[in-house]
Amino acid sequence: MFKPMATLGSYALASLQEIGMISIFAVRGIKSCFLPPFFWREIFRQLMALGFYSLPIVGLTAIFAGMVLALQTYVGFTRFNAEGAVASVVVISITRELGPVFAGLMVAGRTSSSIAAEIGSMRVSEQIDALITLQVDPYKFLVAPRIIAGVLMVPFLVLIADIIGVMGGFLVSTTLLDFSVGSYIAQTVKNMEMIDVISGLVKAAFFGLSVACFGCYHGFHCDLGARGVGNATTSAVVSSCIGILVLNYLLTALFFGI
Amino acid sequence: MSKIIFDCVRKSFPGGLEVLKGVSLSVKGGESHIILGQSGCGKSVFLKCLLGIMAIDSGDIRVDDLSVKDRLRSGEYMRKFSILFQGNALFDSMTIIENVEFGIGQAKKNISKCRDMAAEKLLAVGLEPRVFDLYPSEISGGMQKRAAMARAIAVEPEILLFDEPTSGLDPVTGGVICHLLRDTVKNLGVTSLTITHDLKVAAFLSDRVSVLNQGDIVWTGHASTMKKCGNEFVEHFYHASSAIGEDRTT
Repeated sequence: MFKPMATLGSYALASLQEIGMISIFAVRGIKSCFLPPFFWREIFRQLMALGFYSLPIVGLTAIFAGMVLALQTYVGFTRFNAEGAVASVVVISITRELGPVFAGLMVAGRTSSSIAAEIGSMRVSEQIDALITLQVDPYKFLVAPRIIAGVLMVPFLVLIADIIGVMGGFLVSTTLLDFSVGSYIAQTVKNMEMIDVISGLVKAAFFGLSVACFGCYHGFHCDLGARGVGNATTSAVVSSCIGILVLNYLLTALFFGI
Repeated sequence: MSKIIFDCVRKSFPGGLEVLKGVSLSVKGGESHIILGQSGCGKSVFLKCLLGIMAIDSGDIRVDDLSVKDRLRSGEYMRKFSILFQGNALFDSMTIIENVEFGIGQAKKNISKCRDMAAEKLLAVGLEPRVFDLYPSEISGGMQKRAAMARAIAVEPEILLFDEPTSGLDPVTGGVICHLLRDTVKNLGVTSLTITHDLKVAAFLSDRVSVLNQGDIVWTGHASTMKKCGNEFVEHFYHASSAIGEDRTT
């Protein structure tokens, strides 16, 4: 007989168990970042993979986000004769929200999947077992470098995204919407507050942590075979995107005391 | 004197599937021992339990005076082993020489000439210097097996483990690898434990063979006595393997 409450209960318990396992995994991974040995070459490789190679997609996302934001704000604000506030809205929105969230989601899509696929393939091809037999802690060799790269490089990417996003808004405003270059820059500088930028960068560090932890966790726990690696990749992207959105809300509430 | 002792080892998986049902086995020091069995009989689980990668439910595995249960507390247990994995398990992100160098670097932290030692080991297994800086995906299966062998012997273990050493190789390359394994074990004077389902490999490499069936060791002896050992399963396994060999040649 179908028992809806029992089914719901078992799903809830399974979800709680998964959250517990991910939390334990993340704590162990973070702890590994501070304890020697440090695999510098692997750390550098991950800094490049997660940071440098994500630059084009993050930059592209940021410039279009800034351009669309300027257009939409202009169209909306014209109804209230407040189109002069476009520069303020663009800089505040980009630095506080759009820069960190869009960059985080792009990195989640691009990197979390590749982390899960790479570690999952290593699990399937017994490379993780080989590490253990060589007395290398897989957390130190595989997880710690990716967490370090995530925490350091996502803020760097967000900083670039902030600059490019604001530039996108500036380009649209000054070329299509007849804003003067001088007044747009003056308004941008006047309304750009350090707390907005810093809160965005702190959020980004947590987003980087989320991307790395979910990617590594799903790779580590993937089922054997190509299907297992595929499922791990999908789960990594979905869970790191959800992680970013939840963390974004919690950190925003924390920063701005709501 | 026994080097490896399996004492009534049990291992089951969630869902109640019992893979090892009280396995007991003794491998002597310097011996080349083969674990022979059908696919899915628990050979790989047996090996992973020995390495401590999988925790056993009950019983004990001892290597010299060290228990597998001490593996996490002391690195000494793991330092005794080196393994040649079925799929080689070379690290994709490293070149061939870096794979060997990495193994040496972990085992002998204070050694300065890891690269020279790695090159020496690669030459010893018959790999040419032109492949040293290639990635595993850029060389053939036979070369990968040799590179994995070089990584395994580079850490100078007391026990060498081979998991299906000729799997995925053509008969010629498989034969070459078998000779390489036998010569290496002989030259290093180490204990070796090989997991295989191939009777010819077992006969070629072994001092003694143990047959694993349905989660337990059903027979142990010399490969030459398998044919008429009195154990129904072992004799059936022997004749089935031989029949395939004869069919191929006719």
